[in-house]
Amino acid sequence: MLDLAHIPVLVVLFPLLMAAVCALLPFRNIAWLLATASTGMGLLAAWTGLEAHSGERVSYALGGWPPPWGIEFVADGASLLVSTVVAGLSFISTIYAKSLIEKEIDEHLIGKAYAAWLLAVGGIQGIVMTGDAFNLFVFLEISSLATVTLISLGGRQDRRALIAAYNYLVIGAIGATFYVIGVGFCYAVTGTLNMADLMVRLPDATATAPLLVGFSFMVAGILVKAAVFPVHIWLPAAYGYAPSAVSTMLAAVATKASIYVLARIAFTIFDGLDDMVFLILEFVLLPLSVMAIFVGTILAIMESDLKKLLAQSSIAQIGYITLGFSLGNVLGVTAGFVHIVNHALIKGGLFMAAGALTVVMARRVSIDSLAGMGRAMPITSSAMMICGLSLIGLPLTAGFISKVYLVLALVSSASWWIIGLVVMSSALSLIYLWRIVEAMWMQPMPASGRVREDPLIYTPLWVIALINIWFGVDAGRVFRFAEQAAKAVGAGG
Amino acid sequence: MAPETAILVGIFAPLAVAALIPFLSFQANLRDAAGPVGALFSFVAALIVAKAVMTGASPSVTLVTISEGLDLTFRVTPAGAIFGCVASGLWILASLYSTGYMRGNKEKNQTRFAVCYAVAVHAAMAIAWSGNLMVLFIFYEVLTFSTYPLVTHKESREAINAGRLYMGILVGTSVVLLLPGIIWVWLVAGTLDFTNGGILANRLDPAHAPWLVALFAFGIGKVALMPIHRWLPAAMVAPTPVSALLHAVAVVKAGAFTMLMVMVYIFGIDFLADTGASEWLAWLAAFTILASSVVAISKDDIKARLAYSTISQLSYIVLAAALASSIAAEGGLVHIVMHASAKITLFFCAGAIYVGAHLNKVSQLDGLGPRMPLVFIAFFLGALSIIGVPPLGGSWSKLMIMTGSIDAGLPLMVAVLAVSSLLNVYYLLEPVFRAFFRPVNTDVKVDTPLLTVLPPVITALISVVLFFAINILTSFSQLMVMP
Repeated sequence: MLDLAHIPVLVVLFPLLMAAVCALLPFRNIAWLLATASTGMGLLAAWTGLEAHSGERVSYALGGWPPPWGIEFVADGASLLVSTVVAGLSFISTIYAKSLIEKEIDEHLIGKAYAAWLLAVGGIQGIVMTGDAFNLFVFLEISSLATVTLISLGGRQDRRALIAAYNYLVIGAIGATFYVIGVGFCYAVTGTLNMADLMVRLPDATATAPLLVGFSFMVAGILVKAAVFPVHIWLPAAYGYAPSAVSTMLAAVATKASIYVLARIAFTIFDGLDDMVFLILEFVLLPLSVMAIFVGTILAIMESDLKKLLAQSSIAQIGYITLGFSLGNVLGVTAGFVHIVNHALIKGGLFMAAGALTVVMARRVSIDSLAGMGRAMPITSSAMMICGLSLIGLPLTAGFISKVYLVLALVSSASWWIIGLVVMSSALSLIYLWRIVEAMWMQPMPASGRVREDPLIYTPLWVIALINIWFGVDAGRVFRFAEQAAKAVGAGG
Repeated sequence: MAPETAILVGIFAPLAVAALIPFLSFQANLRDAAGPVGALFSFVAALIVAKAVMTGASPSVTLVTISEGLDLTFRVTPAGAIFGCVASGLWILASLYSTGYMRGNKEKNQTRFAVCYAVAVHAAMAIAWSGNLMVLFIFYEVLTFSTYPLVTHKESREAINAGRLYMGILVGTSVVLLLPGIIWVWLVAGTLDFTNGGILANRLDPAHAPWLVALFAFGIGKVALMPIHRWLPAAMVAPTPVSALLHAVAVVKAGAFTMLMVMVYIFGIDFLADTGASEWLAWLAAFTILASSVVAISKDDIKARLAYSTISQLSYIVLAAALASSIAAEGGLVHIVMHASAKITLFFCAGAIYVGAHLNKVSQLDGLGPRMPLVFIAFFLGALSIIGVPPLGGSWSKLMIMTGSIDAGLPLMVAVLAVSSLLNVYYLLEPVFRAFFRPVNTDVKVDTPLLTVLPPVITALISVVLFFAINILTSFSQLMVMP
């Protein structure tokens, strides 16, 4: 029913077009329905594309202008996989968002909130799908501005959300500017902006110094957007103070797209310049990833606010993904993509649970205030536990699969000391999870007693929790898609 | 029942029990009957599987392919057949006993307790019958996590701290050392299947072998080798039925069993003998055997004393596996059975004394023997088995490991084992002598529920029976070490 040739553009268009409609609608329920429908259509399109993908690169020329002159959208193993993750998680968090947005956002802003929500999703999908280096910058800005709006909506609960939004605006703009400067250098040398065309032309360029500068600018800019240590500082506050529904969507999908762009830059655009890529991967990305893993884990252990704790842990988890990418071979990049999928599920679920707790307790949730909540909200809390166990990589959950493939990739490239650091930090992550477990389950139930839990909140949460188990038991499909993605971006080639 | 069906029944009967218990919790009798009934199913299944294995078959079931080269496969090895029988058989008695204990002590959260208990047995059965090292690891972790709520059952400050130590050491070592070890093997050998004669010969550089042995020896935290033994005494804060089945049998024996499986089916005894990669481990095990016996003497708390005795006994099995001799490895497998039945007897008795007389110190037992004679006679038999006195089962395994030490060219280990026996005599018979040879104590009110007395008596008798049934056990152990 869907013409496969149109899929690259459909996944972007569904949310973007509906955003305009939502902004004008005064009815919050209809806005929510439209948002759900459009993200659902996006998921259908992305999933159809991924299922039907035969390894062949599907190109869509926007406006009928053939690449490299026109802007090109590309559906290949990598973009379809990430797009499906983004679509899936944004669909499910849109369903989940209804009750939370009604509780946390002013009535007259709800329609506009959904509009910003869809713009963010559409922008992220655009980042993933585009085959044009400059067009990517445009989508980067679309999603950034929408995200800033969404974060600032948290200002009703906590004024600090405004500072967080402002920080994100400034730091994000710096990142995007760095990226576009880098693109400028490449354009100056090659005269093209199309990624595939750049890949062909870059190795022939005689001027290597501008290319190194351009490459470094692009990577540095994207590292900021992907929240890789040490340029992650915008993330904990942004996720921590945003409205709960927004935190969920951002944590699940936002940084994933930027990490994917990192792989695109390193392995697709600069595919022909192995020495330069190796330099950046080995001496910049790899050490930063390892540091991210450690710093994120330790900050999470010391954090007392639940949402910020989860955000700090995201820093570490992003480190796991970029660590896989920094190995540069198929196995490592595959491990990275596997974790992109799994971490979206893990963190999406955990932020959903945190949102549910925040709404019920009607205040910021600190670890101490979680005392006995496992008994007061057993349905939400047990799903949260499943996602938490997946986070630390308990076997039979998705997190375990990520860990196995990452360690496998590290062992095969004989990076012994890094394995030591990775497994050690993985063991350390048990500490922060266990602070939550002890508070939730090892304390008597609060005096207020059992809480009536909202099915519209816990059903999506449970769906995610069960997918965490499903992907832990039957990981073959995810692995094959991830491997296909790694080959599509051109890792190891 | 075909052995393949029996595998599924044996592994999933406990899980079915766990799933049913919450729905039966409205009726305490029904809920508490679920455990023994499920245990009976598991045990019968384990016997059917064992019978098939004895005839040389190795029945296997693949549930699902997790990922390429990573199958969730259960394949029963001779060692696994034995361990499966031990875990499920003792579960029957332990579930009866725990009903008596939990009710006698009026413990809270009995439903959660029963659920986690059943999940733990499920994990133990899955470990016993795992077909490759990754499946074993998966259920090794499940076992750790499902026993956490049991260790912290009391939810006191002390219990929560013990829980931290428990999770910290067991999960920490398994993630930091065991998992990289397994993945190293996977990469070197291209497979993780348990294979007679091992899979690493000619594939692993002998110079790396001692390091890999170290990853396993310290990664398998459940075997409580010093210096990573601290979790076991800490876990004694759990209710006694947990200590009895899990920390004398299922959890610690899962550790010992894993050790044995790795040494026999992954490294291969010949490979270890040729490279000498595990000799250092034999010495560390010998040190643990003696050091923890000495610590046990200093403990007045009965359960703490038994915990250190368990640490010492577990290292017998580590020693047996590290000696790289067939007869020693066989002794290690036999010791899993012998020590399980003896140590569960001792814990059952300790629990019975606690429920019946509310005493938990060795020094309080003076003159208690005539008041609860069956309990102390059972304790006496269990102690004798651990010391290694015929006609009790423990004598065989000790003899086999001693023979193995000479076979492996380490005769000094015979002395270590002999000294350990002497220390056992001192700290395990002291409670019995105090109970029977001191003036009768009539001050204490004694009221022991029948369900806490019967199980230790039965397990004590099993220890006697095992002495005469050694041929059955060795027929399995010989199959295990066959090249």
